[in-house]
Amino acid sequence: MTVAALHEYLEQSARRYPQTCAAVEASSGRQITYGELDALSDQVRDHLRRIGVRPADRVGICLPKSIASLAVLFGILKVGAAYVPVDSLAPPARNAFIFNDCGVRAIFVEASRAEALRCELARLAAEPSLLPLDWSDGPSPLAAYLAGVEAGGLAVEDESARPGPDNLAYVLYTSGSTGQPKGVMLTHRNGSSYVDWCSEVLAPDENDRFSSHAPFHFDLSILDIFVPLKHGATVFLIGEELGKNPARMASIIAERRLTVWYSTPSVLTLLVEHGSLDARDDHALRFILFAGEVFPVKHLRRLKAVVPRARYLNLYGPTETNVCTYYEIPQTIAEDRSAPFPIGRACSHVEARVIDANGRNVPRGQEGELAISGAPVMLGYWNMPERTSAAFHVDSSGRWYRTGDVVIEGDGGVYTFRGRRDRMVKRRGYRIELGEIETALYRHPAISEVAAIARSEESGVSIKVFYASRDGHALSLIELKRFCAHNLPAYMAPDWFSHQQLLPKTSTDKIDYQHLMRME
Amino acid sequence: MNAIQIRTMARDFILNEFLPGERPENLTDSTELITDGILDSLATLKLVAYLEKSCGIEIAPDELVPENLNSIAQIANFVQSKQAST
Repeated sequence: MTVAALHEYLEQSARRYPQTCAAVEASSGRQITYGELDALSDQVRDHLRRIGVRPADRVGICLPKSIASLAVLFGILKVGAAYVPVDSLAPPARNAFIFNDCGVRAIFVEASRAEALRCELARLAAEPSLLPLDWSDGPSPLAAYLAGVEAGGLAVEDESARPGPDNLAYVLYTSGSTGQPKGVMLTHRNGSSYVDWCSEVLAPDENDRFSSHAPFHFDLSILDIFVPLKHGATVFLIGEELGKNPARMASIIAERRLTVWYSTPSVLTLLVEHGSLDARDDHALRFILFAGEVFPVKHLRRLKAVVPRARYLNLYGPTETNVCTYYEIPQTIAEDRSAPFPIGRACSHVEARVIDANGRNVPRGQEGELAISGAPVMLGYWNMPERTSAAFHVDSSGRWYRTGDVVIEGDGGVYTFRGRRDRMVKRRGYRIELGEIETALYRHPAISEVAAIARSEESGVSIKVFYASRDGHALSLIELKRFCAHNLPAYMAPDWFSHQQLLPKTSTDKIDYQHLMRME
Repeated sequence: MNAIQIRTMARDFILNEFLPGERPENLTDSTELITDGILDSLATLKLVAYLEKSCGIEIAPDELVPENLNSIAQIANFVQSKQAST
C-alpha cells in the first residue's frame, strides 16, 4: 500500500482503527488513539494555515519527544510543508543556525527554551513565528496551546494538502565538515519507499508495539514514526531522559511487551550491561533492529543470549538514503568470531554499486566506495548546490549517491564495511564531522590550535582532541568540557583532551594527523 | 556517613575516573556535572553504581535525574536522604 504523502499513513489508519492506541509516552504512560492523533494534527494544520504557513514552507520542531511533538510533525505534513526537527537540548545558537539556514516560517518550541532561541534568531536577523508549548501547565501542552489561539481564527480549508511524492517532507541536519550543520532534504517518496520496504521485511500488524528510541532529528526515527502508524500498531515514545536510563527501558520492554526494538548498538549494549535485561525472560520482541555504528560482536552475543527468540537485523545507510543495505544476524554466532558482521545486501527498493574515484565499477572482492541509487535517495543538501553535486556520481545508469563508506562486495552481494574515505566518524550512532568539533574549539579564546582524531577500539569509537594554547599552559579539563557542552551538541563531546606545546606539522605545514594517530 | 565524607568520596571518584590530571580545586561543590558535560550518561551510571556500593544505598531508576546528581552538593544531599530513609 504505497502512499503519495507520508501523512496518509496516519489518515488511513485513523479510518481503519480510530479507537486503537497509536502512541504512548513511555515515561508517563499517557496515550492517544488514532482518531485523536489524526484530529489533533488536523488542528495543528489549521493553526499553521491561519498563521500563514503554506505548502512547501518549512516548520521547525524544537520539542521533547512526546505525543505533542508527534502531532505537530503530522500537522506540518498535512499543510504540505516540511518539518525540520532539532535536538531541543543542543546549544540554541546551533538550532538558530539550522532554522535560519532553511528559512523556517514557524517553530514549535518548548516554552522554557523559547527566549534563548529567540535571542539567537534575532542575532541572525531571523523572525519566524515561535509557537511555545508549555509543559509546566500540564501534560497536554499542545491542546492547551491550540485552545489559547483558537479564538477569533480565520476560517481555513479543512482538507489536508496532497503534496506530490517528490515534494519535500522533512529536512534532517547532520554534522558538516566546514563547522556548520548541513540539511539533508528528503521527500515523501524518499520516506515512503523506505517505510514500504520495512513493511515487506517486518510484516507488522496492528498487534505490534514498536519502540521509538531515536530522537526525531535522527534518521532512525523515520521507521519508528511511520511504520507502526501505517499498520495500526502502537509506538512507545522514549524521551531523552528515559532513553539514557537502561533499567527503566528494560522494564518498559518487558512490561509493555514491545515487539520491535530499534536503536543504536550503544543503547542495546547499555541495556545488556546496565539494564538487568537478563533478569526478565518475558520478552515479546520479534525483531531487534540496530543501525548507526558497528555492533561489537562481544556485546551482540550477550544480547542474543538474553533475548534468544528475536530476529536481529543490522541496518545500514546514511541519512541521505536512510537504510539501503541490511544483514540478518545468524541464529548462532561462532564462539571465536570477533569480526563485526557485514552491512549486508542492498534492500529491494535501492540499487547499489561499488565504485572508484572516477565512478567506474570496482571488481568484486576489492575495496571501493558504496554508491546508492533509487527511490530513497535525497534530493540534495539545502541551499548547497555544489556540495550536492559533489555528493553524486551521475552516469548513463543514473544518479548515484556516494556514501563515502569504503566497502568490499562478497558472495551473494553482501557488503562489508571497511572504513571512511573522509573525516566523518560515527560514535554511538551519530555521525560527527571531526572538523565541526575543531571549528567549535577554535572559538575558545585561549586555544590556538586544535586537531580532533577518532580511534576505533573494542568498546567503540572514541574521539581525542589535541590542542595548543596561547599561553602554553594546559586548560582546565572542566573548562574544556564546559565549553564543549555549551557550544556543541552533547553527542559530539570529545572523550579525551591532550595539551601540546605545538601540534605536529607536515612538510607543507599542515597539521600532521597521521602523526597524531600514532601518539598516545 | 556525614555530608563532608560523602562530598570527599564523590569528588575523589569523579576526579579519578572522569577528570584525570584536573586540579582538585577546580571541581567545587557547585560545579555543574551533567549540564556542563563533565558526566555523560555512561559516566552517570558508573557514578551511581559506585555510590550504591560504597554508601550502602539503592538508587531507583526514577531517581537518576539531574536534580539529584548535578553537583557534588546535590549528590551529598541525595545520598544522605537515601541513607536516612533506609
